Amino acid sequence: MKFGIITFPGSNSDEDAFLAVTEVLGQEAVYLWHKDHDLRGADVVILPGGFSYGDYLRAGAIARFSPIMREVVAHADRGGPVIGICNGFQIACEAGLLPGALLRNASLQFVSELSYVRVETNETRYTNQYTPGQVLRLPISHGDGRYTADTTTLDRLEQNGQVVFRYVNPAGELDPAHDPNGSMRGIAGIVNERGNVIGLMPHPERAAEAVVGSADGVALFESVLAQVGV
Amino acid sequence: MSRYRVAVHIVPRRGLLDPQGKAVADALHSLGFAGVRDVRVGRHLVIDADAPEPQSAERVVRDMCAKLLANPVTEDFEIANVEPA
Repeated sequence: MKFGIITFPGSNSDEDAFLAVTEVLGQEAVYLWHKDHDLRGADVVILPGGFSYGDYLRAGAIARFSPIMREVVAHADRGGPVIGICNGFQIACEAGLLPGALLRNASLQFVSELSYVRVETNETRYTNQYTPGQVLRLPISHGDGRYTADTTTLDRLEQNGQVVFRYVNPAGELDPAHDPNGSMRGIAGIVNERGNVIGLMPHPERAAEAVVGSADGVALFESVLAQVGV
Repeated sequence: MSRYRVAVHIVPRRGLLDPQGKAVADALHSLGFAGVRDVRVGRHLVIDADAPEPQSAERVVRDMCAKLLANPVTEDFEIANVEPA
């Protein structure tokens, strides 16, 4: 399976994503420059973490207008898988691929830590190799991660099983003290209604080998592969 | 065509947590401005644009706000001023 990793000016987790899918998962990957006009045969698109366009105006607001995003949106509209990580999640929301928005952390502080994240459902193409309720250790590294949406949208996400990950305490319970950014309902990651686009603030690609502190992120990528029987 | 200078305020929607505004309010309280009840921190943009008349300059900037300058999920905007540039 071929992964296409988009590099925007200011992306900084594109290489982590590349190493995770090539060296850890043994898959093919290609970097796609934000000015490119085609996905070069990529089956899965990764919008990586970073600070595209310096977070000018709002995080992800300008990246959304990069030429490659037209192709990414078309790919998503065809049902193609898109993984938005951190800044990629912000870009996906700005592009309308996912509902809601990511605002300044409630603490006003940049958070960089290994967070506890609970898997809410394994009935998605990104979590089928996890078990529901499983608590993962995934790194977070962001200043604008407070997931925000109106109540109707939040209720719909919950009813449809679109809330994929939540921040929890080590015991796996919702706990304001372990919500690192003040996200509504502790939401750390969601999928779109069709289930082909995922956005999450934690970095699964930076938790791909035990030597870096956690390998809990690998199963997210393995889930994508399992979906198509690779 | 004339050139107009359009000023627009973009603020976090009322009711949504604005941690920056809250931090500023706390600082103002510390300085003794006891009457401060609420502060919201937003953005102020000044856009010079060519348009046939001021109404259309305002209309175009409203369109810009809806499409890019404000996030419809979390922010409100208002045209603060339109004047010849």
